[in-house]
Amino acid sequence: MSSMEALLKDESTRNVRRLLKVLILITIAGAAVSSRLFSVIRFESIIHEFDPWFNFRASKYLVKNGFYNFWDWFDDRTWHPLGRVTGGTLYPGLMVTSGAIYHILRMLSMPVDIRNICVLLAPAFSGLTALATYLFTKEMKDESAGLLAAAFIGIAPGYISRSVAGSYDNEAIAIFLLMFTFYLWIKALKDGSAFWGALCALFYFYMVAAWGGYVFITNMIPLHAFVLVLMGRYSPRLYVAYTSWFALGTLGSMQVPFVGFLPIRSSEHMAALGVFGLLQLVGFVEFVRYQVPSRQFKTLLKALIFIVFALSSAILVLLTVSGVIAPWSGRFYSLWDTGYAKIHIPIIASVSEHQPTAWPAFFFDLEMLIWLFPAGIYMCFSTLQDQHVFVIIYGIMASYFAGVMVRLMLTLTPVVCVSAAIALSNILDVYLSIKTPTTPTVGASSADDRKEKKPRVNILSAGKDSIVGIYSKASNIAVIAAFSIYLFVFVLHCTWVTSNAYSSPSVVLASRLPDGSQHIIDDYREAYYWLRKNTPDDAKIMSWWDYGYQIGGMADRTTLVDNNTWNNTHIATVGKAMSSREEVAYPILRQHDVDYVLVIFGGLLGYSGDDINKFLWMIRIAEGVWPDEVKERDFFTPRGEYRVDDAATDTMKNSLMYKMSYYNYQSLFPAGQAQDRVRNAKLPAVGPTLSILDEAFTSENWIVRIYKVKDLDNLGRDHVSAAAFGAGKKKSKKTKAGKGAQRKLRVV
Amino acid sequence: MPSKKNLSTPSTSTSTTTTTSSSASATAAATATPTNPFTILGGIFKNYSRSTPQRTKLIDAFLGFLVITGVLQFAYCVVAGNYPFNAFLAGFSATVGQFVLTASLRIQSNPANKSEFASVSPERAFADFVFCSIILHLFCTNFIN
Repeated sequence: MSSMEALLKDESTRNVRRLLKVLILITIAGAAVSSRLFSVIRFESIIHEFDPWFNFRASKYLVKNGFYNFWDWFDDRTWHPLGRVTGGTLYPGLMVTSGAIYHILRMLSMPVDIRNICVLLAPAFSGLTALATYLFTKEMKDESAGLLAAAFIGIAPGYISRSVAGSYDNEAIAIFLLMFTFYLWIKALKDGSAFWGALCALFYFYMVAAWGGYVFITNMIPLHAFVLVLMGRYSPRLYVAYTSWFALGTLGSMQVPFVGFLPIRSSEHMAALGVFGLLQLVGFVEFVRYQVPSRQFKTLLKALIFIVFALSSAILVLLTVSGVIAPWSGRFYSLWDTGYAKIHIPIIASVSEHQPTAWPAFFFDLEMLIWLFPAGIYMCFSTLQDQHVFVIIYGIMASYFAGVMVRLMLTLTPVVCVSAAIALSNILDVYLSIKTPTTPTVGASSADDRKEKKPRVNILSAGKDSIVGIYSKASNIAVIAAFSIYLFVFVLHCTWVTSNAYSSPSVVLASRLPDGSQHIIDDYREAYYWLRKNTPDDAKIMSWWDYGYQIGGMADRTTLVDNNTWNNTHIATVGKAMSSREEVAYPILRQHDVDYVLVIFGGLLGYSGDDINKFLWMIRIAEGVWPDEVKERDFFTPRGEYRVDDAATDTMKNSLMYKMSYYNYQSLFPAGQAQDRVRNAKLPAVGPTLSILDEAFTSENWIVRIYKVKDLDNLGRDHVSAAAFGAGKKKSKKTKAGKGAQRKLRVV
Repeated sequence: MPSKKNLSTPSTSTSTTTTTSSSASATAAATATPTNPFTILGGIFKNYSRSTPQRTKLIDAFLGFLVITGVLQFAYCVVAGNYPFNAFLAGFSATVGQFVLTASLRIQSNPANKSEFASVSPERAFADFVFCSIILHLFCTNFIN
């Protein structure tokens, strides 16, 4: 014990501290990785959501065919008649990263399957995110705040939700790149070093290659620079850091084929360009001012800056209006005009992640951090340096965006962790210093900077004592104990949320039997595997776009539309086929060479994310293109209700989607008692008839239903009459009373 | 170490000359202001050519050359159209980027800015300049196809 104390007081205490730091960071990385493994341990090592299936498929292609083939990949198994130029329409950073890891591991003679690399990429990168956050926060305050921030981001559910094992999405590596780019930017700004600026640009380039959210960085850094200029904090360091970042970063971002000329042409990137021009002006003016110390000249130059800035922004507006520079794309524009997407682009509004956030979500995802966050921002204001301005701007912008859109909670989480760590570390700095000032005289002389904060922090209890400051052990212990408890509860909350809310793969549905054992509903893979094994290799599957990637990934069949919603008309075509009568739908199916139609139906199991619930969006998207043929109003009852039971409208009952979902469904129940568990509706006694489709496969729990499109009739009749004829004939064989039934069918 | 000393001593001497000459020119400008603006400009130029170190002048000449190259490229683009747009962008942004990086080098190696760049010595600034320029040219040659 005494030797330990000697060691700590020794000169080598620095080494001990360094060792501790490394140990803590390793532990944090371990916690970050292991808290993301719930779903792998509970279920299996599998890719989860919809988008990752495409990334996984692309990674497999990359590993199998090499980089150049991947770059020029034309994928003819999606968007069936059109195909997709995949190399030019994706962000390749994620696939290239996992491909590189794959080859490195192979080189080290550890042949790991690409699937396992894809599944475990996000947890691995979350460890790196913790490290990057540590570095970033270290630049803001000190190392202890950095360690706190790393611990926070390691387990904060707001970030875990997008980075559990198996969610092989762009965000998996993007948040690490975001934090590291910001760290490098702060470093470049502090040192005024072109080297750090160039590194920042290189990681910015990597970020551009990895995620479409790079636009956030493209606007954050210029905004920071602009605010610094407005605050009169222009310095040569700012010039060096910003221009070296912008010159290299913009050129780098244009190397990604999907981005191309956007940094020159689109409005999202104009802020960076504008601030670049502004900094040139300011730099020049500062230079001239240094040469000529005349006061009038200075004011003249200030006016000059203002005029040129106004002029250039006017030119920018003019170029945007005249169309040389593309206006904001719908996805970004809907962040400002929050009602825009719902009116004009239903496909953006139809995604559940694009909805506004409710306040419990903030608490759910960030727990105690959400109330430490404003305190940290306040503390940034009280020690306002260049880098603190960045945290403040980032905090404000990110909280706005997270309020507008649920999925942008992801970009808010890092700054909340950083800011909460600053606040908490300030508190701990004050209340953990028990040892030094036992007597007030010593304390006053040794810790003058601490003294400034003391009256503010314990303003409630300070009035009693004549001594200023908190030297009473009781108050120290009380505050520290309270915050330790908060931190423990935070860990518990994070683990609970991760385990219960964010660790369920959407491919397999888990439920509990009455005895507590787990029952797994695996209908998706059952059906996709059926498609893979029992259909010809070039069969075309039509489904709603949500399932496009999964069909391509698991069933390995050609799809018409998928989650990359680049062609709205094509999606609307599928929506029209799903929402029209059979006679209208059949020519569409024929024209697009559709062999199988796949629908998701949750009525038997109470699985609410099925196609009948998404049906209204299909109608809306189809209506946007064919307003005369598909009308949303027709699917509602006269009272404006969306119903599937007896009261459903004829349009609803005759739509292909309704027929496919409820075909033969009443045969599961006693006569007249068919029940839809999602809509809580009693279905009509007579189920729908299908004449253009044959039921090909229905999974165990009726979640996935696959229909085969019938060929043209041999005798040239239309399908409805052929089916009627077939049905009538069968009946006439059995009984003589068939003629009446046949006539009846003909009438219908 | 001695080389650094060699570098630092002339820089300090130049900075002192800078201050003295600027104050001298300030008085000259103050007397000249009421008459006409050309004398101000002439004063600026005289002040510049007197007080700027030789190496900085070299950098400024390079900057001027880059400006001329950029203007020529832009003029050609305006006259002849921008058909291989990536080639125009690569060439133009190479000049702009090189201009900016050189200006950064000039700022960093300016002895008057020494307090701003505590951690960046002139040698370090030059190494940074080389590093950034290499990256810039890699990107440009890749982008021009």
